[in-house]
Amino acid sequence: MAILITEETRVVVQGMSGRIGQFHTQEMIEAGTKVVAGVTPGKGGTSVLNRPQFDTMREAVEATGADASLLFVPPPMAADAMMEAAEAGIRTAVCVTDGLPAQDMMKVKRFLRRYPRERKMRLIGPNCAGIISPGKGFMGIMPPHIYTPGRVGIVGRSGTLGYEAASQMSALGIGVSSSIGIGGDPINGSSFRDILELFENDPETDAVIMIGEIGGPQEAEAAEYVRDHMTKPVAAYVAGLSAPKGRKMGHAGAIISAFGESAQEKVVILQEAGITVAPNPSLMGETVARILDRKEAA
Amino acid sequence: MDIHEHQAKDILAQFGVPVPKGGLAYSPEQAAYQARSLGFPCVVKAQIHSGGRGEVGGVKVCRSDAEVREYAAELLGRTLVTKQTGAPGKTVHRLWVEDATDIAQEIYLGFVLDRKSERIMIVASGHGGMEIEDLAHEDPDSLVRMVIDPATGLVEFQARELAYRLGLSGKQIAQMVGTLKACYRAYRDLDAMMVEINPLAVTGDGDLVALDAKMSFDTNALFRRPQVAALRDPAQEDAREALAADHGLAYVGLDGDIGCIINGAGLAMATMDMIKLAGGEPANFLDIGGGASPDRVVTAFRTVLTDPNVSVILVNIFAGINRCDWIAQGVVQAYKEVGLTIPVVVRLSGTNVTEGRAILDQADVPIITAGTLAEAAEAAVAARPQPVAAE
Repeated sequence: MAILITEETRVVVQGMSGRIGQFHTQEMIEAGTKVVAGVTPGKGGTSVLNRPQFDTMREAVEATGADASLLFVPPPMAADAMMEAAEAGIRTAVCVTDGLPAQDMMKVKRFLRRYPRERKMRLIGPNCAGIISPGKGFMGIMPPHIYTPGRVGIVGRSGTLGYEAASQMSALGIGVSSSIGIGGDPINGSSFRDILELFENDPETDAVIMIGEIGGPQEAEAAEYVRDHMTKPVAAYVAGLSAPKGRKMGHAGAIISAFGESAQEKVVILQEAGITVAPNPSLMGETVARILDRKEAA
Repeated sequence: MDIHEHQAKDILAQFGVPVPKGGLAYSPEQAAYQARSLGFPCVVKAQIHSGGRGEVGGVKVCRSDAEVREYAAELLGRTLVTKQTGAPGKTVHRLWVEDATDIAQEIYLGFVLDRKSERIMIVASGHGGMEIEDLAHEDPDSLVRMVIDPATGLVEFQARELAYRLGLSGKQIAQMVGTLKACYRAYRDLDAMMVEINPLAVTGDGDLVALDAKMSFDTNALFRRPQVAALRDPAQEDAREALAADHGLAYVGLDGDIGCIINGAGLAMATMDMIKLAGGEPANFLDIGGGASPDRVVTAFRTVLTDPNVSVILVNIFAGINRCDWIAQGVVQAYKEVGLTIPVVVRLSGTNVTEGRAILDQADVPIITAGTLAEAAEAAVAARPQPVAAE
């Protein structure tokens, strides 16, 4: 089953006709993802990579039955494109775009609240690498060949650090059920906690590794969820042990500005919730192996 | 992006926040002129992108023309090191001269992006004057927090309630409501990330006036706020960071000697962590971003090498949207164009890794290659020149 994307997911790509959109859509199609349409206002009626293009999300969804959307839309228009996807009835949207104004995300999250739970769109990102269920399909910019299909979930803010974890796991023969990049922005569509809940309820996931970083309250919120509600073992790593306070480290959200936001403090919070924290980033794979061994032994 | 106090006061005044009368000066003569037109006593304030200026002699009440000149001459060109600037400090190039205010009470007022509620939040205290970090530590019970719904904006009753909770009364209530609404509108309309008035003073006559103001803006929104972008003062920024940003690189200078060139913010932080564990110290954070061309890799080398402390460079790439062959070409090109004399450790992984490694193998350059993150960090630490005994 995996989470958020399977071989059944019908994907529309917003901004498919651009150079970056086409390049990654091609990769997605080659990896077996069911890409059914593209949407770019003004490109309706044309065809890109043998997929029909539409002017609006509503038309694309009506014509193709798409239920997921991947956004390669430039920052000034990205918030609008997310809201258009939600209104068209998309179930899962993934926004790769980096550089959205924070207040645009505030508006998007407020907008999403107008829908009842059963029709509310799940948003992943922005500023994320995307989502992949190895062997089934992916929506995003990750190199699909580094992932081995398997039963461990990955959730992380950083794309490249997620690749690092997946390749360390592959080297140890551990596969991935789904890997979800939630993005490096201060306001994002889905939090660590949201994704952990999906993994907890996924019968094809046995354990999860969560890759956090400095800044924001989401790791602490996730720790509380793990302690109170999760039955599956969780490993973690928090990047930025050597990051100075008050400096933005690349990601808009990676800045230590309050108590509990440094990597050291987050590690303590995660450990207190029963999460096994990798002591350094080259031991993410081994830490996953350890929690799997313990699970088997139990 | 930060701006100066006088710019923040100017913006907030336009939205309706009461501020003292004042004027800008770039020389002791201008300062004296501004002081004379305001009358004495007046306050002379160093304009740098930092709080905590008062504690290091950056703010002074002056009572005469001569005093203003003398103090202005002493301040201009001086580098102030505050709790917020870090060791290098920031240089004073301009002064703000304003009316002295008779202070009866100091209020702290801040507007920030609250990541928990994902909304704009007001933080206020009736015990202002000290930095918020100290306030949160020393008098946390005095802090009042209020979250604003983006659909309605700040509503009047919330503002009123906040004013009463801070212990204000009479005419101050309406003044506080006006000030809060003005700050919120400025925050929202200009894509701010932070608005801080500290202190918001209650004068001897019982009126509110903003004695210090700080605003910081969302760099992601500058494309639609040209009037805000125009307020940027490059003299207050780290020259290397500004140069790197102009080339699409996220760079943060640090204290160590191992220069880092990495893709992705998370991997960059993790690599720095790994260097520390291996016994080294990173000289910088640098994310080359996605789809990096060989030219951008060369620019990254140039940027890292502007730091004279760098004694070895570590390139760690896990390519997804990037291509290892382009990175490898960039590394080889850097050897030719930049004239590298220090050791370079390269670890490539991900998209087109075979092609990338082949390019490095065939090029006649003394690169140290590494297979994993741990090996790369250890190799970089080992490649540092051995410390030479003092002569």
